[in-house]
Amino acid sequence: MFELEFMRLAFATGAIVGVLAPAVGFFLVQRRMSLIGDGIGHVAFAGVAVGYLLGISPVATALAASLAGAIAIEWLRSRRRTAGDQALALVFYTGIAAGVVLISAAGALNVDLFAFLFGSILTVTRDDLILVAALGGLGLATIMLLYRALAAVALDEEGARVAGVPIGALNIVVAALAALTISLSMRIVGILLIAALMVLPVIAATRLAWSMRSTLLLGMAIGLASVLGGLTISYYADIPPGGTVVLLAAASFVVTSTLQTVRLR
Amino acid sequence: MPIAVELRNLSFAYDSGTPVVSGVDLCVAPGEFIAVAGPNGGGKTTLMRLVLGLERPTHGEALLWGEPATHFSRRATLGYLAQRSQLGVDAPVTVREVVAAGRLVRSGLFGPLGARHALAVEEAIARVGLETEADRPLTQLSGGQQQRAFIAKALAAEPLLLVLDEPTTGVDAEAQEALAQLLDRLHRELQVTILYVSHEFGAVEHFVERLVLVRGGIIFDGAPGDLPAVWHDPAHVHV
Repeated sequence: MFELEFMRLAFATGAIVGVLAPAVGFFLVQRRMSLIGDGIGHVAFAGVAVGYLLGISPVATALAASLAGAIAIEWLRSRRRTAGDQALALVFYTGIAAGVVLISAAGALNVDLFAFLFGSILTVTRDDLILVAALGGLGLATIMLLYRALAAVALDEEGARVAGVPIGALNIVVAALAALTISLSMRIVGILLIAALMVLPVIAATRLAWSMRSTLLLGMAIGLASVLGGLTISYYADIPPGGTVVLLAAASFVVTSTLQTVRLR
Repeated sequence: MPIAVELRNLSFAYDSGTPVVSGVDLCVAPGEFIAVAGPNGGGKTTLMRLVLGLERPTHGEALLWGEPATHFSRRATLGYLAQRSQLGVDAPVTVREVVAAGRLVRSGLFGPLGARHALAVEEAIARVGLETEADRPLTQLSGGQQQRAFIAKALAAEPLLLVLDEPTTGVDAEAQEALAQLLDRLHRELQVTILYVSHEFGAVEHFVERLVLVRGGIIFDGAPGDLPAVWHDPAHVHV
């Protein structure tokens, strides 16, 4: 299958996404905000619609909309004392409603849209790969640089606030990383399923890991394996890659849970 | 030497408007070890949140080393152990990872932990006697050991003020006694100011220099030995 350029592009892009998504999702899961990816994904949908409407890159507009949505969720949660799930619901439903209205206005209720919603290995271009490699690398570098700070906030936000750690700025960084990941991953996994790739590998890793750091690394490995395996199955079975990738990630949870049970016996 | 903690005619009410604490005056000298006790819902935790600058007083002032607590410039010197239920993440976390998180305010936010700071983490772990458990996940430790790990986390930041909120929740009597002895030793070795907040104070009664009873305000402030006998039972603090 690698004689086909679109598969080479899909695998290269998928490898970056497979590592980046769980790395960002790790911090969402630890802060018990696993569903934030879903909320931002729906805002990204509105961004794609704006791209179609204005005739510019849907990836760029999705990134802008996702960043705005992520920061809005964090702002609502922290400054206005809105409960996390209510902040999420506000942004979540506003995003999907705006997306439906805008996409209809753009007359783009077609097959292209389905590629964004559920992922497609046919749509990844060389320009997409360059963008994903550059921004994905930036995202991973940010996580490496700020790992200790982000982990400390996840571990004990109140204690970190008392000690003067810049909680607000670090929470915005996590929200921005989530927005970046969703925008970069929607070509491969699709807007509706990307949140699952951020969260499921981490939940699966938690079953076998022995430390925070090992949870992160194991989650990234499971994410990578899920994407590469999912793309391969998707190619041979001619099925959408998003669903296949996420089903593999979900299956990894079953496997690690079983291994955990065996280990504890 | 400036006073470590000073509360001046302090009152606080949440949005509902009903005061949680009112008219509180309190001075804590640097290096004091104080138990802050009282019934659940009496305002102890709120008072500590005001001390730490996490809440803004409705009336009065909360000062840390002479500065308003909400704008205290040396926050890295404050150690806070929230109630245990508020700590923890879903991933397995080792003792060393917990303690290293406490060192963040000294080491800076970026990059890996340097050798000097890694050494400080190991020293904090040794101070609470968890060297052999350093690589074990917290979930595999007893309640008392977990609390010692969180104390080491606070110590890693080399604090001047240590506030512990209900540190003995879910900890058996023997571990409570061990925890009190540990705090007494740390207090003597490090001269750190300690505010030990709990709905009961039996475990630390013999170690603290001063006992403060809180029920909407301060209803007793003095040496534990001066406390009227009837109030030794926390149930009677409702008088």
